[in-house]
Amino acid sequence: MKKTLLASVALTVLAGVAWAADDEKAIQALVDQYISTGYQQGEKQHLERLKQDETLITCSETRNIPSPEQAKAIIEREKATIKYPEGNKMLGNWEKGKEVFNTGFAMRVGVISPDKADKPRGGNCYACHAADPKEVAAGNIGNSLTGYGKMRGNSEETVKYTYDKIFNSQSMMACSNMPRFGHNGVLSPEQIADLVAFLVDPASPVNK
Amino acid sequence: MKNVLLPGLLISSLALTAVYAAEEPNADAYREMTYGDRDANPALLVVDRGEELFKEKRGPKAVSMEECDFGLGKGVVKGVYAELPRYFQDTDRVQDLESRMITCMTTVQGFDEAELKKKTYANEKANEDNTDLEAIAVYIASQSDGMKINPPTAHPKEQEMIKVGEALFYHRTGPLDFSCASCHGADQKRIRLQNLGNFSKAGKDAQKAIGGWPTYRVSHAAVRTMQHRIWDCEGQMRLPDTEYGAPLSVALIAYLTAQAKDGTYVLPGMSR
Ligand code: HEC
Ligand code: HEC
Repeated sequence: MKKTLLASVALTVLAGVAWAADDEKAIQALVDQYISTGYQQGEKQHLERLKQDETLITCSETRNIPSPEQAKAIIEREKATIKYPEGNKMLGNWEKGKEVFNTGFAMRVGVISPDKADKPRGGNCYACHAADPKEVAAGNIGNSLTGYGKMRGNSEETVKYTYDKIFNSQSMMACSNMPRFGHNGVLSPEQIADLVAFLVDPASPVNK
Repeated sequence: MKNVLLPGLLISSLALTAVYAAEEPNADAYREMTYGDRDANPALLVVDRGEELFKEKRGPKAVSMEECDFGLGKGVVKGVYAELPRYFQDTDRVQDLESRMITCMTTVQGFDEAELKKKTYANEKANEDNTDLEAIAVYIASQSDGMKINPPTAHPKEQEMIKVGEALFYHRTGPLDFSCASCHGADQKRIRLQNLGNFSKAGKDAQKAIGGWPTYRVSHAAVRTMQHRIWDCEGQMRLPDTEYGAPLSVALIAYLTAQAKDGTYVLPGMSR
């Protein structure tokens, strides 16, 4: 009697797990279907932007909390994507970097309110980070970068860390909330080198 | 009377904007302040226009939208928005207010769907007046002013829609790797100086946001609906234009509205 009961409990639990997994699959299938019908169609819409890479699939499925194994796989994969400027010059011009830090992303697509294709692209870093203490309109999704170079110096190590972080934020932190600016082609390696200078150069307002 | 009121209001809202630009330019403070004088909300003019459009016999079939069912029976407007999105048997779909309006205007009034969707939102950069769709939506929604946010969740398709919306909320894509959760996934976050509600949990933030839409957006000088807000945020994510009333947007709205349950609608809203 007890045995039968136990067995049937086990069966129900198993069925429950199987059902939950099926349920998740069904939801995911609807997610994919709704994405494919959820946007206006046509060349101007750049529907290729809706395609996720493996990293974003993991981050979405785990709601940005990947398992240690998944995190390791992401970091390895993303590290391998980093490209450096001509002559490995990772430290650019801070005044140019100041501009890039402040300028919006551009890159809007669609027909209702698109950006011109040649609109200068920026990192819109103030959306998420404080930096120059004179800029009060700074967001707080990322940590404050005020005094960045004062605290970390401008050694080769710091320069490379900062360059890599901006080129591909997920090469250090899997599922980081920060865009992979270089990897996604939003910013060029030269623009990223200028941003590094803005953060670490002792003459930059960030470090005044 | 209302026309006399408007210039005065515009001046005072300009003054408000100036004060906030100098001190604390965030939408919350602005909202608290403007809610104090709701009779002065320019959206009320758009609500009146929406009411006329709603009641007028329109479309190839020359019938009024009073012939439509928004969930509480044919002709009922009061309280319908408070119980949307919901499952509709006739379309076998979960629909939000705006997708349901399209159903009504095509099946009952005989309008062409593609034609209706050609111009969904007023272009604020060209100083356009609100579109008919925006006016009708804010009229219907405003008939739930003061009511509890109470979307039904008994039907399996309603439960499913909320779950799909939740998954979409965390779905990262586009050149900036964003999902809704990138900006609306934690407490007390800001993009520049704009406060971002945390909609990853049920309660206060979602209630305040959902409870105040449709809203008169001062920076657009126009009424905006939830479909527009979703389109706007998808644009911030650098994704394509969302399709008006498609299941993608409805699922996100169903999720947000479920997170906002038991809040109160204060409509029409007014915001930055
Ligand atoms: C959407 C928000 C967002 C944007 C936009 C953003 N970041 Fe970040 N950033 C973050 C978050 C969150 C972190 C912390 C988590 C992490 O390390 O990935 C971070 C971390 C960093 C770090 C590492 C900080 C440290 O203490 O080691 C640097 C450097 C940085 N960001 C620079 C930038 C620059 C430069 C830009 C503009 C090109 C930028 N970020 C744009 C969210 C953002
Ligand atoms: C890059 C950041 C960002 C992303 C990503 C984003 N939003 Fe927003 N969202 C904003 C900003 C900024 C506002 C305006 C806040 C204000 O007016 O102060 C906003 C406002 C809103 C509001 C209205 C809040 C209110 O209180 O009136 C809703 C609802 C909303 N977003 C939903 C979404 C959904 C759903 C998604 C995903 C499809 C999304 N957002 C993605 C930045 C973002």
